[in-house]
Amino acid sequence: MHEVVLTAAGPTPSWNLIDDVAQLFHYQFMVHAFEAGTVVAIAAGAIGYFVVLRSSSFAAHALSHIGFAGAAGAVVLGLSPVIGLLAFTVGAGTAIGALGNRLRGRDVTIGIVLAWTLGLGVLFISLYRGYANEAYAILFGLILGISQGEVLVTVIAGVITIAAIIAVYRPLLFSSVDEELARARGVPVTALSIAFMAILAVAVTEAVQVVGVLLIFALIVTPAAIAVRFTSRPSSALAAGISLSLVFTWLGLSIGYFSPHPVSFFITSIAFATYLAVRLFEPLIARLH
Amino acid sequence: MSAAYGGRSVWSGATFEVPHGSFTAILGPNGSGKTTLIRLILGQLGPAAGRIEVFGRSPRRGDPTIGYVPQRASFDPELSIRGRDFVGLGIDGHRWGIRIRGLQAAATATQSAIEAVDGTAYADRSLGRLSGGEQQRLLLAEALVGEPRLLLMDEPLSYLDVRNQRAIVELIAKIARERRLTVLLIAHDVNPLLPHLDHVLYVAAGKVVMGTPADVITTERLTEIYSTPVEVIKDSRGRLFVVGLEEETAHPHA
Repeated sequence: MHEVVLTAAGPTPSWNLIDDVAQLFHYQFMVHAFEAGTVVAIAAGAIGYFVVLRSSSFAAHALSHIGFAGAAGAVVLGLSPVIGLLAFTVGAGTAIGALGNRLRGRDVTIGIVLAWTLGLGVLFISLYRGYANEAYAILFGLILGISQGEVLVTVIAGVITIAAIIAVYRPLLFSSVDEELARARGVPVTALSIAFMAILAVAVTEAVQVVGVLLIFALIVTPAAIAVRFTSRPSSALAAGISLSLVFTWLGLSIGYFSPHPVSFFITSIAFATYLAVRLFEPLIARLH
Repeated sequence: MSAAYGGRSVWSGATFEVPHGSFTAILGPNGSGKTTLIRLILGQLGPAAGRIEVFGRSPRRGDPTIGYVPQRASFDPELSIRGRDFVGLGIDGHRWGIRIRGLQAAATATQSAIEAVDGTAYADRSLGRLSGGEQQRLLLAEALVGEPRLLLMDEPLSYLDVRNQRAIVELIAKIARERRLTVLLIAHDVNPLLPHLDHVLYVAAGKVVMGTPADVITTERLTEIYSTPVEVIKDSRGRLFVVGLEEETAHPHA
């Protein structure tokens, strides 16, 4: 359905904001994009806080890339890419979680597996003689092409992600801050590490639909990384991360609608520009305090 | 009681009883099994032989009667959590879900634990950005917030300068007196603790010995216990130095 947007003369924004919003939601595909984007942004922003707190951003990045092989493999088999994506990210996430958070050399192990699975992905893409669009969608996301059924799946996955984060919130926070202390208080640290990576895998799978495996950092890590620069209160940092993730997604979708360029480009650029601005003005903000 | 780690005996034949409300230092060279003793008390490790009881029952994981301060150099400066939220984890950080009920009670308990360690001035800053002494005080507050009866600390003084060491020891002793806490504390250097110490548990060369500092930390006693020439040296300010046991541990008897 994205083809429509790319080839049409395209809508143009006016100075009337209400008019623009009405235009945005005129087409069903934009409504779907906003629905899915909103759910994904909330889930990604929430889990992203723990990714930053646990210094696991490389693991998050790796998960999405490992998922690429799964998605490409599923396409070759004639299945929905989401199934392959979910299978590979949850599998890899569980394995990474079992390795433990503080294990020396963990990132090297992840990187080695990551390189191999990317190679697998390339093979699967070459085996699939169909539409290159499938590969493009997995790599860079195609939120504007999302169907009503996919929106429903995304909403369900999003609700599960949020519910799971709420369920493990306190012990996950505890073990992310001080594993040794949490273990002494009876927190099942290793099981939580695995649960965290499994939740992250589901969130990554959702977010891939919006920004694709290559650009996932912008939705999961960047909002939380900005949030923790402003507040060290967990509840505030979570709220700020989710809000930023939502703003990036909504703005990216809106600008993307009025432009011939991909939505994921706008989402990642807005995220990057915000991060840059925060880092540049940080010394100024600190002086004001 | 005996302890083993990974199939290798750490120490054996240990018999000791720590009286309620006493202040005991666990001393001994690196790798002698001091942290193993802590793991036994926390229920993370079972004794290889014999029996251990904490307040009349065998140790279990997550025992709320124990306030624990693990050994750590310092928190990662990038770790973004407010000191106050970290202390609050000591109340219900091990429970599932989010804190819904008892918000006010939790806030009050957290504040009083922070006040007990004189941490009000920096409790609202990010833990990773605090000094070593400030972090150590908030770790102590985190251990105290659950109102434990036993305070178990693994090298709380090791990464502090002399002035901070003395301040933390004074603080621990004062809080322990007020709250009638039993304190078990691993230390590298007995000297900052000496004014407050009731007993020492000496862990070295595969043995554990308990007694008062004046009894145990003497040339004669340590030499006898470890059947190796140990020398206790006292400097002009009354500080004690134990010489000779480090090598014993580096080359343990088979």
